[in-house]
This record gives sequence, C-alpha cells and structure tokens, in this order.
Amino acid sequence: MRDSRYIITGLIVFVVLLTFPLWSNAGKAASPPQPNLDTPAIQNLEQKQCVEATEYMRADHMQLLEDWRNQVVREGKRIYVAANGKEYEMSLENSCFECHSSKTQFCDQCHNYLDVEPDCWTCHLEPKEP
Amino acid sequence: METSRRNFLKAGGACLLGLSLWPAVRVLAGDGPDVKADAGALKGKRWGLVIDMRKCWPQYQQGCRDCMLACRREHNIPVIDNKDEEVKWLWTEPYKNAFPEQEHAYTPAAIADKPFLVACNHCDNPPCVRVCPTKATFKRPDGIVTMDYHRCLGCRYCMAACPYGARSFNFQDPRPFIKEENLDYPTREKGVVEKCNFCAERLDKGQQPACVEACRVGALIFGDLDDPNSEVRKILAERNTIRRKPELGTHPSIYYLV
Amino acid sequence: MLVKALSGSKKYWGWITVLLALSGAGLACYLWQLQQGLTITGMSRDVSWGLYIGQFTFLVGVAASAVMVVLPYYLHNVKVFGRITILGEFLAVAAIIMCLLFVIVDLGKPMRLFNMIFYPTPNSILFWDMVVLNGYLLLNIIVGWHALEAEYKGVAPPSWTRYLVYISIPWAVSIHTVTAFLYAGLPGRHYWLTAIMAARFLASAFASGPALLILLCYIIKRVSKFDPGREAIQKLAAIVTYATIISVFFVGLELFTAFYSQVPAHGMDSLTYLFVGLEGHGKLVPWMWTFVVLAVLALVLLINPVTRGKDGYLLLACGAVFIAMWIEKGIGLVIGGFVPNAFERVTEYIPTLPEALIALGIWAAGFLILTILYKIAIAVKEETV
Repeated sequence: MRDSRYIITGLIVFVVLLTFPLWSNAGKAASPPQPNLDTPAIQNLEQKQCVEATEYMRADHMQLLEDWRNQVVREGKRIYVAANGKEYEMSLENSCFECHSSKTQFCDQCHNYLDVEPDCWTCHLEPKEP
Repeated sequence: METSRRNFLKAGGACLLGLSLWPAVRVLAGDGPDVKADAGALKGKRWGLVIDMRKCWPQYQQGCRDCMLACRREHNIPVIDNKDEEVKWLWTEPYKNAFPEQEHAYTPAAIADKPFLVACNHCDNPPCVRVCPTKATFKRPDGIVTMDYHRCLGCRYCMAACPYGARSFNFQDPRPFIKEENLDYPTREKGVVEKCNFCAERLDKGQQPACVEACRVGALIFGDLDDPNSEVRKILAERNTIRRKPELGTHPSIYYLV
Repeated sequence: MLVKALSGSKKYWGWITVLLALSGAGLACYLWQLQQGLTITGMSRDVSWGLYIGQFTFLVGVAASAVMVVLPYYLHNVKVFGRITILGEFLAVAAIIMCLLFVIVDLGKPMRLFNMIFYPTPNSILFWDMVVLNGYLLLNIIVGWHALEAEYKGVAPPSWTRYLVYISIPWAVSIHTVTAFLYAGLPGRHYWLTAIMAARFLASAFASGPALLILLCYIIKRVSKFDPGREAIQKLAAIVTYATIISVFFVGLELFTAFYSQVPAHGMDSLTYLFVGLEGHGKLVPWMWTFVVLAVLALVLLINPVTRGKDGYLLLACGAVFIAMWIEKGIGLVIGGFVPNAFERVTEYIPTLPEALIALGIWAAGFLILTILYKIAIAVKEETV
C-alpha cells in the first residue's frame, strides 16, 4: 500500500462527487406544480374537458401530440375525432393554445418540476400571454 | 413437451416473419377511426403551378412583391441580409440564371433582363427525397415534396442534390430575423434545412397557396396536373411553356409562360 | 494489453499532451458551434459542404487503403507484409473514427443522429455509407485486436478471424465506392456526375493511404525498436507509385472529357474554376497548382527506381503524394462540385478559424487513437522480436 495516500484521497473525492446531488439538495423539497387553469377560453367551455379525459392527457399528452404531429406533417390528416365524437384540428397553435393560452401555467410548471425539456418551442411560437 | 430442433427453428422463423409483418399489419389496419383529412381539403394527385410571367412583369416593375411577402408572412420566413445564409422559399432570378441552358446571346431583351419567380419545383422525381437519410424530406401522395422539420438532421445532402438551389439551411437561429410573426404557423430552428411546401397546410384546409391567393393579376395558376380538366392542364394544352432544367429528369411541377 | 499504452518515454507523453491539447481546442470550438450553429463556419447556401465533408471523404480513402497491405498478405502470401498488416488495420480504425467525427460535426442537429437508424432509408446513399463505415470499423477492430493478442501470446490468431479478413477486403472497396456514390449520383452537380468517380476515389485512396503508412513506418523505425522492414516499405512504395500514376491519369481523363467535348455540363466550369478561376474568382487556383506540382514531383521521384529506393527521396515523394491527394480530394473535389451554383453563379468558400480548429481537433483525436493503438502494437512486437 505505498500509494494509499493517493488512493484514499481519490476515493474520498469520488464519493463526495458521486453523492453531490444528494447532500446539495438535502432538505430542499421542491413544491409540486399547481397550474392555474383559469383562462378565458376555458371559462367559456360548457363542459370543462380537454380533447380526451384529463387523466389520459396528463399521462399521455406527449404521445398524443407526437401522433398528431406525424398525422399532420406526414399524412396530411388534420382532423382528430375524440373518443366522444367531437372533432378538433390537430394543431398546437390552433387548438391546444386556444384554451391553454398560458405556456408558463400549462407547460413550464410541470416540465420544470419534472426537469424535462421538450424542444417544442424552438419552432412552435408560444401564445402571447395576456 | 418434446420438440425437435427442426420444429423449434420453424416456429422461431414463423415468429420472426410475424414480427416483420407487424408494420404492414399496422398500415393495413389503417390509422384508426380517430384521425381524418379535413372534409374541405383540396384533393389532387400531382399539384402543379403555372407562372404567367407576362402577367407578372408589369406589376413587378411597379414594385409588386405580393406573392413573396404573403409567403414570407404565412411561413415565418426570416429575412437574413447575409447572402450566404439567406432563407428563400419564393424569390426571383434573372432569365439567364433561372434558365442557364436556354439563354443565348440573342435572347430578346424583353425576356433576358426580366426576373423570373423561382421556388421548389416539387419534382415528380425529386433527387432530394432520394438522398435524404431519414425521410425528413418526402413526397406526399398529392405530389408535394415537403419536409418534416422534426426529423431533419441538417446533413444538407438534399442541398447538394437539389439542382434548383431551392433549399436553405438555418445556419443560425432564424427567430431574430422574422419580421412579423404568424402565430398560426411554426418557425424553423437552427440546424435544419427548409424550403417551399406548396402551402400544404393551406391545401389541407381547402385554401389555395398563399402566393396564388395574393397575386392580384392571376399570374399564378395552381392546380392538379393529373386532372385533364384542371385549369393548369388547359393552359399547358394551349400554350407553350418551359420548365427549369428539364434535361435532368427531375420532372419539375412548375411551368413558365413567357 | 491496453496497459502498454500507459508506459512511455517523455517524448511519447509530450506528443500525447500536444494531441490532447489540440483535441481540446477543437472540442471547445465545437461546443461554440453547437451553441451558435454552423454560421461560425465558412459554409453557405451555395457551398453547403466544406472542410468537414472534404476531410471525411479523404479519410474514407485512407481507411480503405488498409486493404493494400491486407490483400497482398492474405491472398498473395506476400510474407513481408505480415509484420505491418496490423499497422494498416489500426490506421483504418483511426481513420474511420475521424470520418464519423467529421460527419457528426457537420450535422446541423447532431442530437438527431440516430434518426438514421430509427428511420432507415435504403434509397439514401448516406444510409449505406453509415452501414459500410461502421461495419468496416468493427471488422478492423476485431481482426486487428485478435491478431495482436495472438502475437502477444505467441499463438496463431483464431481461425475464424481469417474469414473476417476475407470479408474486409471487398468491404474496404465498398466503403470508398459508396462514398463516391454520395457524389456521383446527383443531378445538376456536373463535376461529380462522372462514372469514374468511384474509380478515382479508389486510386487516390490507394496512393494516399499507403504513402501515409510508409511515413508512419519510418517514424516507428526511429522511435522504437521495431523495424517494419525495408522490403515491406519498398513493396508499399511500388503500390503508391502505381496508384499515383492511375490517380493522376484519372484526373487527366476528367480534364479531357470536359475540355475536348466543350460541354459545360461535363464539369468544364468547375474545372475552370479550380485551375484558372471563373468570373474573377479563383481562391482555389494556388491550391490546385500545388496539387499539380506535388503530383508531378512525386511521380518523378517514384517512377525512377533509383530515387524510389533511397529513403530520403521516398519520404519526400510520400509526403508529396499525401498532400497532393489531400488537396485534390479533401478540398478541390468537394468545393469544386458546388461551383458554379444552381444559378451559374460563383460563391467562394474559405473555412473560418474555428472551423479549421474543429477539423484540426478531429485530426488530433484521430492521431491520438492511432498513437495509442500503434504504441500497443509496437510494444507487443518489441517483446516478440
């Protein structure tokens, strides 16, 4: 063990670095997102429901959006028939943002909380917030 | 249960075959009842454009740029001054540059000095589609050569393949160069190629391309080249038209009346 | 065996440090490019491929040329190449890694690289280039490593590697053929639209690759106890001679077809731009004439058996061949193809400093890999001498 000094120092540095995220964030609980759903368009809805059930949208909106994108861009099909028979234009700008007119409320809060960075906004223009 | 090696391999082969059929099954099963085309969408088998330059020029000389401005507004096209990094969908080129192989020393001055509108030719046999390694550039069943900007790698192979200089690359973030934003249509981002899409997004909703709609003298005539009764076909049957670089076998869908 | 790369002289570590520093500088520039976009390069709407794709094209040739030591040894039993096949294979490994890096730094959206695998597109030549290049990389790593391991242990290499060697021979030809097809199949790029493109690529590859290998052999001889052998080097020199003659002949064919037919659409405009300038633009003219002078010098020194047999002249000739082919293929061919543009206008291209540093960084990274692989191989060979 003639190099024990170096080995032990190296090990300590390694362990400290490895556990860095744990102890640097200790005691700091991130507050869960509480998006404000109050937009004029939503207020005017008779039945307050998105294109599909809320639970489905919460869990699978990314899959739905990807399907929409492929249908519109690649197949030229632009109309979505929801489970309840209602028809919607498959468009982020012209459908989603009608109701979800606040990106900070509807997108950023949860995405920041979960630390995901969808790259929608490099091309799609976010709605102008009032 | 006893099974011979032979039977095992057979069963395995059948399973593999089944897996390989899966994409076909999905295609045959259709995309489900939950998506469809807009009932009012314009339907065509091969969209084409006739550009009547003789109608255009008098207006152009008086400063009319309506088609190009409409295109720029519709699609959030950035205005970049640096010639090397320009993004162009619809623009003009002098006759000798647009039709280099047809120009000669004695070309009538009425043509030689005139600007010609140029854009993606939506070739029937598009080299850009052939070379794209991800199918980001593809041809729709209605003949439009369009792009899936979500998929483009930015390898620029399509730019090398296009003989018409119709493709532009986003060398930088285009957002700061967009003069007026159309919130109904996305922009592009740094690192992808882009070009004219014959306003596929408008056709799918039953509208004419933005440039065609904007032209005040009807110099742009859009229609289905596959339909003998369409207006474009009637013009092509009656008058002599030219296309850019027909010798390359790309079969452009833009025709010029001069 | 990897551990052998960790013990070396001061000079070895100095060289490694230099290469690491250059790679680091290239990486820093690349991070800047990622953030700013390809606007930091000299490429444009009209010349949409530049230094990166030029280097890629040239290096595919260097990689393919490993076959020039492998084929004579395995198919014609040229025993003297037995000692250096490993050098050829490891050169191929380093060159292919450089190729892949050059393609990646050229992408506008490198994070989407795997779209090529998620959406495989067999009608795209680039898809096939990815397949053959990665296959060739794998073949050379497996074959080279097993051969070296066998040498280390003093046994014969596993017999199955022999089949991989046989596969690697046509495979080497395929990587450069497919790379030539990237260019030769495009309508409207007259300079590239030539049926002999793949043949030209192979000829210049078999000149530049073995020339580099000869230079490397001399370096190895000086810095180690391993001697690749004079006979092997002279055999390689003969290969370089023939390949250079054929390569220059092919360039001559292009010039004849273009200028005797006088058809502008047979590359006349591009060749005019390259060799004398077009419409007042001629930034590549000095480069192309450097190519001509170096190629002639190399041919004189190589064809004459007296000079070819002398170390000093042979080194000079190989250096000249390597640089000449680098200019012709790595610069002239790619950029020349974009001039004039689709509207018969001339847009010139000059790489920017960060672009050049990124390219240099990749070369340094490649040589770092090559140095480490050669260090291991030579350490093994020194032990068995």
